[in-house]
Amino acid sequence: MNKKDIKNIEKEMKLANEGLTEKERTLFSDARPSKVDLQNKYFEKFFNWARSQSLWFLGYGTGCGAIELRPLMTSRFDIFRYGIAPRPSPRQSSVFIIGGYASIKTIKRIVRSYEQMQGPKFVIALGSCTINGGMYYDSYYTINRLDHYIPVDIYVAGCMPRPEALIAGFQKLKKMIIAGKCDGMNKYAENFDWYKKNQKKIIKDWNMPDYNW
Amino acid sequence: MSIITKILYAIISVIVATIWGLTLGGIVRKLYARVHGRYGPPFWQPFIDIFKNHGKRVAISHGYMFYLGPVFRLAGGLGTYLFIPVIFGSVVFSNFSMAGDLLLVMYFVFFGQLGMALGAGEGGHPYSPIGVARGLSQMSSFEVPFSLSVIAIAIQYHTLNITDIVAAQQGGILNWTLFTNPLAVIAAMISMLGMNMHSPFSIVLAPQEIPIGPPIEMNSSFLATLQTNRGLFGAAKLVLFMNLYFGGAAHPNIFVALLIMIAKTFLIYMFSVFVGAAFPRFRPEQSIRFFLKWPTLIGIASIILVAYF
Repeated sequence: MNKKDIKNIEKEMKLANEGLTEKERTLFSDARPSKVDLQNKYFEKFFNWARSQSLWFLGYGTGCGAIELRPLMTSRFDIFRYGIAPRPSPRQSSVFIIGGYASIKTIKRIVRSYEQMQGPKFVIALGSCTINGGMYYDSYYTINRLDHYIPVDIYVAGCMPRPEALIAGFQKLKKMIIAGKCDGMNKYAENFDWYKKNQKKIIKDWNMPDYNW
Repeated sequence: MSIITKILYAIISVIVATIWGLTLGGIVRKLYARVHGRYGPPFWQPFIDIFKNHGKRVAISHGYMFYLGPVFRLAGGLGTYLFIPVIFGSVVFSNFSMAGDLLLVMYFVFFGQLGMALGAGEGGHPYSPIGVARGLSQMSSFEVPFSLSVIAIAIQYHTLNITDIVAAQQGGILNWTLFTNPLAVIAAMISMLGMNMHSPFSIVLAPQEIPIGPPIEMNSSFLATLQTNRGLFGAAKLVLFMNLYFGGAAHPNIFVALLIMIAKTFLIYMFSVFVGAAFPRFRPEQSIRFFLKWPTLIGIASIILVAYF
């Protein structure tokens, strides 16, 4: 392969950022997300343990599920004793909780926040609405399956699930992280085009970069 | 003593202080949880958080200053700590204490915050500059009573060397600055409330108003560096207060002296924790006005008392 071909391939690999104006395009990165290889086996084991013991979550209260997140942090359910804590910034949190149905307006923000999180990142989808649409299955403005848009690690079913169910979901997530089974970040990078296609199919007013660094 | 041995001792001292500072943070989180009627996270949670943040696979940066922000912050913490003698009379824990180190330490307390302000500004998040503006203005206001208090004890002991100040307080509890110059201690302890940033002075990291403030864009290893510094810097400030006002830690046996240091710094920190658990948060202008009013007057009174009576 000569240099020209490599340049062409690199050009094709760049994101078009068609939702932005010409002026704005220079302000945003046009690089695609790439798969990150795992570190040394023993390091990875240790870090997986640390990741499972310190889960900072970003609660996205899209629907009624947000009301189940509050009692977790107060004295009745006290989620801090499991090493789980809320964190307001997507840059610092490692778990993303989607609290219920996602309308098309909010899926845009969900995608944006998810892409801004630093990997490894995990997603907990709360309630039936995120699995198959739940009671909003035939609504004109809500999505039915969340995992068509971002990779989901744990579903907590119910309408609404109680905080105990959410804690059980967290414990399951911990076990999966220790076993090294939660690799949503690389899954997203590998199937990036498929996820983008699905996202752009429903988000008509796409006025953000194709990948939010 | 050769410089190699000195550096080796300094490394041991820094590691001990960082571990103690982080453990203290964990214990305090546990205490707050008990006040709220919760069990709370285990006291080793800060260590796990740091490991996890270092173990992140990606770290997004926003430019050179974004890299330098956490580095400056850690340099400020290290600089503060390395010029404070931790244990009086100990070779290992005397750090690089020398004549006039008190002035240098007062400078280093400021230094990290200024570096952090530059780094956080580059993140581009609107909450960062709000947090930085609040932090710097509050810092300038609590530095006033603290500086007045330091001037008072510099006049009292005729020195700016921390080791000499500790030496002057030896030989019984009544020789502590707490009893020889109580007004200076009151002014300094009130300014420590602002330094430790528990409520009512938690206006910088105010999680309900400007989510975590300046470090909001800091992620992965950047955040882990800041967390490490929080342990080290926290310990350094408490050790400084112990040395200046509460007689320092002195004992022929180094382990007993370390236990004295741990007990004293714990109790000093508990002052701001008790106040923090009991009071709600000030607004920024209330906090700044508070520092410039009563503690400043008390600080001036302490200087007048020492200089003329």
